Amino acid sequence: MMLRYLARRAFLLAFVLVALTVFSFSLNFMFPGDLLTNVTGLRDIPSEQRQELSQAMGLDHGYLRQYIDYTRRIVAGEWGLSFSSQQPVLAEVRTVLPATIELASYALILSLILGIPSGIIAAVRKEKWLDNAISGFALVGYSVPIFWWALLLIMIFSLQLGWLPTSGRIGVLYEVPHHTGFMLLDIWLSDLPYKHAAFRDALIHLTLPTLVLATYPTTVMMRFVRESMLEVLDKNYIKTARAKGLNRAQVLYKHGLRNALLPVTRQIGLQFSTLITLAMLTEVVFSWPGIGQWLIDGIYQRNFTAIQAGVLVISTLVIVVNISTEVLHTLFNPLARKF
Amino acid sequence: MMKRSLLPVAFLALASGCTPAPDAATLNGLVYCTEGSPESFNPQLVTSGTTIDAISQQLYDRLLDIDPNNGNLLPALATNWQISDDGLTYVFNLRDDVEFHQTEYFSPTRKLSASDIEFTFNRILDIHHPFHQTATEYPYFDSVEWRELVKTVKAVTHSQVVFQLNKPDSSFLSTLATDFAAILSAEYGEMLQKNQELPQLDTLPIGTGPFKFREYKKDVLIRYYRNGNYWRKTGNLDQLVIDIVPDNTKRLAKLLTHECDVAPIPRLAELSLLAKRKDFEVDQQTSLNVGYWAFNTQKAPFNNVKVRQALAYAVNKQSILQAVYFGQAEEANSVLPPNSWGYNPDGQHSSFDLVKAKQLLDEAGYPNGFSLDIWAMPVQRLYNPNALKMAELLQADLAKIGVSANIVSFEWNTFRRKLRAGEHDSVLIGWTADNADPDNFLRPLLSCASAISGSNRTNWCDSQYDQLIADAVLTADVTKRRQLYFLAQDYVAEQVPLIPIAHSRRFQVKSSKVTGMQINPYGGISFTAAGKTR
Repeated sequence: MMLRYLARRAFLLAFVLVALTVFSFSLNFMFPGDLLTNVTGLRDIPSEQRQELSQAMGLDHGYLRQYIDYTRRIVAGEWGLSFSSQQPVLAEVRTVLPATIELASYALILSLILGIPSGIIAAVRKEKWLDNAISGFALVGYSVPIFWWALLLIMIFSLQLGWLPTSGRIGVLYEVPHHTGFMLLDIWLSDLPYKHAAFRDALIHLTLPTLVLATYPTTVMMRFVRESMLEVLDKNYIKTARAKGLNRAQVLYKHGLRNALLPVTRQIGLQFSTLITLAMLTEVVFSWPGIGQWLIDGIYQRNFTAIQAGVLVISTLVIVVNISTEVLHTLFNPLARKF
Repeated sequence: MMKRSLLPVAFLALASGCTPAPDAATLNGLVYCTEGSPESFNPQLVTSGTTIDAISQQLYDRLLDIDPNNGNLLPALATNWQISDDGLTYVFNLRDDVEFHQTEYFSPTRKLSASDIEFTFNRILDIHHPFHQTATEYPYFDSVEWRELVKTVKAVTHSQVVFQLNKPDSSFLSTLATDFAAILSAEYGEMLQKNQELPQLDTLPIGTGPFKFREYKKDVLIRYYRNGNYWRKTGNLDQLVIDIVPDNTKRLAKLLTHECDVAPIPRLAELSLLAKRKDFEVDQQTSLNVGYWAFNTQKAPFNNVKVRQALAYAVNKQSILQAVYFGQAEEANSVLPPNSWGYNPDGQHSSFDLVKAKQLLDEAGYPNGFSLDIWAMPVQRLYNPNALKMAELLQADLAKIGVSANIVSFEWNTFRRKLRAGEHDSVLIGWTADNADPDNFLRPLLSCASAISGSNRTNWCDSQYDQLIADAVLTADVTKRRQLYFLAQDYVAEQVPLIPIAHSRRFQVKSSKVTGMQINPYGGISFTAAGKTR
């Protein structure tokens, strides 16, 4: 039974990925300019090479064959060259994507650490002053435009107080060798003489972007956990448990939390696409060298191969995370299994 | 129960919010925040000031240098030089203690010799040079007509090199002292030829300068290490990082948070903010530039000299200096700035006088005025930080003498293309010199040849003027040259193909911790002697 469910999800994933690659493939034709340039990313192709190159790319065949060749190249990692730097696009994605994932995961972890407990507290202290404070904060945090919030924090903590830097992942004087692309991990793996200082500096650079990016998911988490908790606390089995003589804390822990937190796994998946969108804005404000800033630069520079790759990578990431959180949710929650 | 399980969570949340201050003492380096990525790492191939600032003085040396204090030529890689009496042969003797950079991609086996000079300049001159074809143009050398000027460059001995010219040119030494005339390594060239990696000459640089190349991440940063074998005395920096921050506001913010130690600030309005703070120093110096209003003299009514003279009297330069330059510029009376040796303090110029302007317009046959287009360039430059505002001020001044002005602007590339095609009536634009020689202003801005090549926006072509500036470079006698330049400037003031408006000062903001730096009005920024106090 379970296997059939997984197979269905895998099929859905495959279908969405095919749709995505079809869209990304069709961008080659929709972008203005020369088709061969759009496909390869090469600028000023000499006319004597055009024939050979377009045969190698399969452009002399029908659309179906072209599409198949295109997906084959995607799978093989031949993503063409970036228009602006003339470097392989895939290599560029490999350097920028970890930066985004790093930032987004810290923000997500922070939002869980802050959001879940305060949501629970708010539910337990329903309509007391603590609940009002938390709910009020959640509403404000949910509503502020993130770029404005980022600039406000920069003004206070960077320009006025001078405590925190305004941009980048680490001070430019630190030269951290590239292993994984995850800054903290790379510093840890390196044998730099100034390892500890570099680690501290990277943390300081992370602080503001992480806080800014965590704001929205934290407030969503607070509101969601509070609602979910209130709903569970209203259930008959909670009343039964109380009637059996368990104290409040025991009821909360054993029966309330487990049931209230189940939908949270799913919520993380649903919030992920918003998180990535917000990460792009955060990256631009803080000059964070992630895929969001890279993609937006690509749009400004009409760097079509980069736009294509960026769209493909980000959508694939969002879809994979969405489907895997849903699968996880189903595994944990028997009620969600609609076999 | 609940309290206990939440405690560590709350503690973690608190801990992630506060982190200790950075330990700045661990790394000894300086951060220069620049406006854009370099186009190349070879000064021969570029003209953009941003690129020159980033690469030229840091990675390379030249045969001669220019003294930033007075514009005189100083020995650099050449210890001394002789010029033959006919002005056609230049002999340079080289230093014998100069080493090229030792990097991951190249290890020099010998010191600088005359063959390196030959290699460097023959690349531009000789179409059979192995590296000549790897570049499509050599913009600065093309603009000074290097191939017409220089006949041969030859290494005669290990330490002596000879330049043969086709005609005498008294601005030749100044050309060799510009940031573009950087000396490359012939040995590195040979290695690249052997490995068939010719384009690397311009992307992985080897020079003799105070810093050597370490890494470059496009649109992010350039990292240089100290060249430990440098032949001059240097500051105490171990590395120099050039941080690429194109956004003006972000660059200012990074300066304020001390993420940048030095940065160019093109927006004069921001200077007052920085001048108030104790942890910054603002350096300024009149730079070799001019902002001007040029008339397309091929078009009516600007082909009438009386009309041009009338308009010259209608420009209120003082109000422009206040509103556009925020008082950070000097009024221009000639295209040459006052710190140039060719400038005549007693030269002719017209001042703001509306009565005289009206009277000249009457004489020219336009008693009721006329209408004209003022093209305002869409970008900020040091010589003109806000052309649109300047155009609006001019519009108001001109209205007083009955001339109605329309302001026109296009996107920058289109703007330059249309200017080159001569579609404009008049344009607000400017010029920054590459070297201290007066010829560098007078020839590109107003000569017939440059009307064709495009830098003369007035399309003015006057044989009398061309004769004056041509005679000036044929003589090596400075007094005589100066006299000729005085005459040329007076002639321009009388003919008014353009109205010089302002010479802007050049600004550089640096952290007070940075020592040993001085603005160089004649070229790119140099960190040779720069140091940093803890």
